Amino acid sequence: MHRTGELYGQFQTLEQQKESATLGMWTFLITEILFFGGLFMTYTINRHTYAQVFAFSSRTILLSWGAINTVVLIGSSLTMAMAVWSAQVGKKKLVTIFLILTLVLGTVFLGIKAVEYHDKYVEHHIPGLNFDMYYCTNNPSVCHLDDAALAREKKELKEAEDQSGSQVAVNAHSQLFFSLYFGMTGLHALHMIIGAGLLLWLIVESMKGRFTAQYNTPVENIGLYWHFVDIVWIYLFPLLYLIDRH
Amino acid sequence: MPEEHYLNATYGIRSWLLTTDHKRIALLYLASVTFFFFIGGIFATMIRIHLLTPQGYLVTPETYNKLFTMHGVAMIFFFLIPSIPAVLGNFLVPMMIGAKDLAFPKINLLSWYIYLVGGGFVLYSFATGGLDTGWTFYTPLSSVYSNSAVTPAVIGIFINGFSSILTGLNFVVTIHTMRAPGMTWFRLPLFVWAQYATSIIFILGTPVIAITLLLAGLERMFHLGFFNPALGGDPILFQHLFWFYSHPAVYIMILPAMGVISEIIPTFTRKPIFGYAFIAGSSIAIAVIGFLVWAHHMFLTGESTYAALAFSLLSYLVAIPSAVKVFNWTSTLYKGSISYDTPMLYALGFIGLFLIGGLTGLFLACLGLDIHIHDTYFVVAHFHYIMVGGAVMGYVGGLHFWWPKITGKLYPEFLARMAAVILFVGFNLTFFPQFILGYLGMPRRYHNYPPEFQVLNVMSTAGASILALGYLLPMLYLTWSMRYGKVAGENPWPATGLEWRTPSPPPTENFDVTPVVDWEPYDFKNRPDLGLATPTGPALSPAHGDD
Repeated sequence: MHRTGELYGQFQTLEQQKESATLGMWTFLITEILFFGGLFMTYTINRHTYAQVFAFSSRTILLSWGAINTVVLIGSSLTMAMAVWSAQVGKKKLVTIFLILTLVLGTVFLGIKAVEYHDKYVEHHIPGLNFDMYYCTNNPSVCHLDDAALAREKKELKEAEDQSGSQVAVNAHSQLFFSLYFGMTGLHALHMIIGAGLLLWLIVESMKGRFTAQYNTPVENIGLYWHFVDIVWIYLFPLLYLIDRH
Repeated sequence: MPEEHYLNATYGIRSWLLTTDHKRIALLYLASVTFFFFIGGIFATMIRIHLLTPQGYLVTPETYNKLFTMHGVAMIFFFLIPSIPAVLGNFLVPMMIGAKDLAFPKINLLSWYIYLVGGGFVLYSFATGGLDTGWTFYTPLSSVYSNSAVTPAVIGIFINGFSSILTGLNFVVTIHTMRAPGMTWFRLPLFVWAQYATSIIFILGTPVIAITLLLAGLERMFHLGFFNPALGGDPILFQHLFWFYSHPAVYIMILPAMGVISEIIPTFTRKPIFGYAFIAGSSIAIAVIGFLVWAHHMFLTGESTYAALAFSLLSYLVAIPSAVKVFNWTSTLYKGSISYDTPMLYALGFIGLFLIGGLTGLFLACLGLDIHIHDTYFVVAHFHYIMVGGAVMGYVGGLHFWWPKITGKLYPEFLARMAAVILFVGFNLTFFPQFILGYLGMPRRYHNYPPEFQVLNVMSTAGASILALGYLLPMLYLTWSMRYGKVAGENPWPATGLEWRTPSPPPTENFDVTPVVDWEPYDFKNRPDLGLATPTGPALSPAHGDD
């Protein structure tokens, strides 16, 4: 990634330099797909084996936060695309504005994610810490379960128990779900944080007026990265939040 | 020697530790992989000494488990995988395609530091309790039951993976965008094709082992259950994910060595290589098919018969592109003007040993036969023929071949030929008996064995000491030659590649003017600049350090 758009020593032309940076980013994204791929594979196998418990565990996650976050993130992809377009047509002010908007939306996403993680902590759904799927039915006031919700959750736990064989098994298998939930959303959030750092750098550079119609490779490439992180969420949302929600 | 070159352009420790010159980074890697080769070699020595007697008096069974594990981890992740790509590939890929450097020189330096950090974690694990899971880290042994320092080792290998990924990414982009004018894809040296195929595996495979070991590490630290059957997890899933990378990793080790051999053979036969396009294509084919064979490591896990059948067939399929290479190298020799210089001795040794290693791989890919020889010394012998007889021979041969370019000096030829022969003899004496041991039923990873296996084990240990001498010699005379060797000149063999059309050692920028390529690869006939009186005749013999 080049600060000023001048030609770096190893290249012959600016065109070659740009082509290299772009190909480098695409190659990196291919690596990323395989990196997430291991988690998706682990998820698929376990979801197939423990379909009942996975569906039940998924229903204990609040749908609204996830849905709002999906909209927020798609919105940030739109503003990112607008930033790239503004850079390409040389509207320097707009680039900065759209980059800032993208960063704001990204931060909102991470904030909501933090709230969700905190909820899970309160509900004792953090694997390896004090994981207990029965905590909420035993302490309905802590988890804000009203009578109807409590009755439903108890019934679903009973069904899961019939399927898995015992309370211990339900706990073990739903811990698998939440391990994957935190593994996948955590890795995704880490990518968001790195992306936010990159955006911050882009904003500083763009305020200096560095990105022009002739030179905007960093905006384009970080844009590619941002869209990739967005697409990963598009898969994560239905896989983790929407199992059997009809 | 040129007055100013990449080695003396700048001085001081900072100029090395902060360099972005691909040639200097290659030398940094050379030093660090040699260090890990020594570490792995020490463990191998202790294993072989321990196995001199059936009862094994040297170390306790627990320590023995740690020895073979740490031998594997050091050798595979920190020597074999980075050896040819990060040392020779780093040095040569930009030079061979006529570029000034890799596309991302800073990322190149970063990947060396990542390697060091990963290596540091693994050394920490070795020093604080060692590692006893086998280099395969099978769960739930690694994630639940092992009492050794698994966590730092897993973190180290996880980190080190990004060094491979970044090197692969750098090579792919460089080969795509940095080629000199006239350097079309089918004029690329075959070494570059091999590096390209290797880089594909780096990019597609390494992230999978990274995430897999991360999951195993998390499972160990936080008692999660991904791969632990007691918590509903699936240990077989770990094996699938592990081998999805670790089988292609075998091709990471062997493909670059094949690239080296493809450079050496035409040079010392004075003939264009036979079947250029097929050798280039077979590298890509090996990389692609190599991703579809992983479950042949798991025939005895109870996987479905139909899956096993498919994986067995696909494993046989990999033999085709491998054989294409061997046939083409052999055909290149036919009616060539062969000179038996040191690199050529390594190349010929490679062909023979790779042939044995490859064919015994077919034994193991055979479903019925694998039941008998699975997890025996037959497997150990097979993969050492590929990794040591193949990859390391290619690496050492390549070091000799490009040493004059790297240092500007020639090594003593007679001593070097002796070392090559010693290596070949020592290697075969070490590992051929292990084929027989395995076929007779000696399991791998056991610290003791029945007395009737002792003769073959003693032979193997004796061979290992000869092999050690074969490795020590080049280390000594190559180091010696850096100071006292004869000046090599631009193109001592002579060879046809672009890297030989610039002074030795090269200037920091590699070429004074960007080269323009208007010749076909390995074409000795239309190259008056090589100074050959008759292109096919032995009019000019290669330059030697002790002529």
